[in-house]
Amino acid sequence: MTAISTQSTAGAPAAATSTLDLVGVSRWYGNVVAVNDVTMRLGPGVTGLLGPNGAGKTTLLHMMAGFLSASRGTVTLDGEPTWRNPAVYRRLGLVSEREAVHTFLSAYEFVLASAKLHRLPDPEAATRRAIELVEMEDAQTRRIGTYSKGMRQRTRVAAALVHDPQVLLLDEPFNGMDPRQRLHMMALLHRLGDAGRTILFSSHILEEVEQVSGTVQVMVAGRLAASGDYRTIRRLMTNRPHVFAVRSTDDRALAVALMAEASVSGVELGRTGLTVKAGDYGAFTRALPRIALRHGIRVRQLLPEDESLESVFSYLVEA
Amino acid sequence: MSTVTWITARGLFGRSRFLMLLPLPLVLIGLAVLCRSLGVDPGQWGPPVLVGLGLAVVLPVVALIVGTGVLGAEIDDGTVVHILTKPLPRWQIVLPKLAVAAGVSAVTVGIPIYVAGVLADSVRLGLALVAASAAGALAYSALFLALSLVTRRPVLLGLVYVLIWEGLLGRFVGGTRVLSIQQWVIALADRMAPTPLLGTTVSVPVAAVLTALVAVGFTVLAIDRLRSFSVAGETS
Repeated sequence: MTAISTQSTAGAPAAATSTLDLVGVSRWYGNVVAVNDVTMRLGPGVTGLLGPNGAGKTTLLHMMAGFLSASRGTVTLDGEPTWRNPAVYRRLGLVSEREAVHTFLSAYEFVLASAKLHRLPDPEAATRRAIELVEMEDAQTRRIGTYSKGMRQRTRVAAALVHDPQVLLLDEPFNGMDPRQRLHMMALLHRLGDAGRTILFSSHILEEVEQVSGTVQVMVAGRLAASGDYRTIRRLMTNRPHVFAVRSTDDRALAVALMAEASVSGVELGRTGLTVKAGDYGAFTRALPRIALRHGIRVRQLLPEDESLESVFSYLVEA
Repeated sequence: MSTVTWITARGLFGRSRFLMLLPLPLVLIGLAVLCRSLGVDPGQWGPPVLVGLGLAVVLPVVALIVGTGVLGAEIDDGTVVHILTKPLPRWQIVLPKLAVAAGVSAVTVGIPIYVAGVLADSVRLGLALVAASAAGALAYSALFLALSLVTRRPVLLGLVYVLIWEGLLGRFVGGTRVLSIQQWVIALADRMAPTPLLGTTVSVPVAAVLTALVAVGFTVLAIDRLRSFSVAGETS
């Protein structure tokens, strides 16, 4: 596997900004390697941590947040280790994936408790500010147990933001949010990133990352497969060959005809039909009916075979 | 009241699990009142009700429910992360939780055991039982709180200790009584209000020292384990 690096995410740490450094970080459970030799530096701005489920994103986030020790390597926030060091939480906030909230409290009580635990000088004012930030003023006195999933998520974000941390880590923050809440959360992350905060959020959905973040770290099977500017990585993803399963009335004749088409890079004739590799998704899907018509062949089936996120990621790893 | 104490208390009283605490103390009071009103000789009903039910069942079971609940329930549902992502030294989390657990257990057990002690013998015995069970509640709570950080099955392990070690082995293998919180409580109560209703082979100094050692030792263990608290990853 080769890691693609299109751009360094490092920003020179200015005053009141924080940098999270991972150097050669691995984590294994028995024989299972969850995170494998990851080195990355996160500076101010929004970074997306992208990868399919089970890629090790949560394990990596937990190590960053001091909730898991690295089996090898170091995780530091401004030079201080995050493991066994509660003092880092003055500058770090975490919104974990698990929907864990004290359902017997109201959002106001929950966020206020966070503010008090942080020993903030004016916990009430900090609570009001955090609740405003996530637009939960209307429901703040109701018990969290009565909230929708998106409202609970926003309450947890408010609690994680109440002490105005330099670094905010969010594990799958858009899960369970409706489109409006999603947009609002995206705008909030943008604002925080623009204000010089170091924001990292994980997601397994490409479009989410595309809308929020210009910088991504892509994880596949525990490894850092790509890191850098989203657009460069997206181009690599869209330029990859697409694989289609095609069945027709005359597979052999169609195979011959398709090989003459510029967008097709390979055809394999199998027992159940053709497997066609095409460099350009749009050009191929437009050309196929034209070719079939010209040769008097009827196409019975056209299925794109590799559209799963996993195949996109594995292509990235192989690139 | 510290914020950790407040959240712990709200969490404890807000869960239906707390209702499980009520029946046992009520049974203890009910039995004592029944025996007294029927005029049964306290020498006959005292030991089985005070020791057999009160100190051997009500105290450890209440302490088990509360002690594993103050932190274990938060670990189970993941809410513990909210308290742990704060810049608090870990002893500032463990000590308030231990105080809530020991306090709630001591009150829940203290009231019925006082009533039973007074009905069986005297106010002095009632007060001695209250004081000794408070010390026992502290030791049990420290043990069960630490258990919820060292194992994923603290209730099961706690029950094994109470039922197998204290209950079964304590009855048939005399040597195990030295390491039984229940026997220490009996020894301490008997020292404060000597009565034939309570009897143990464990000496008072041993009981006092071991109660303190267990309370302090398991508290220190819990603080250390909380420092290295790990959240299970998605691949674990």
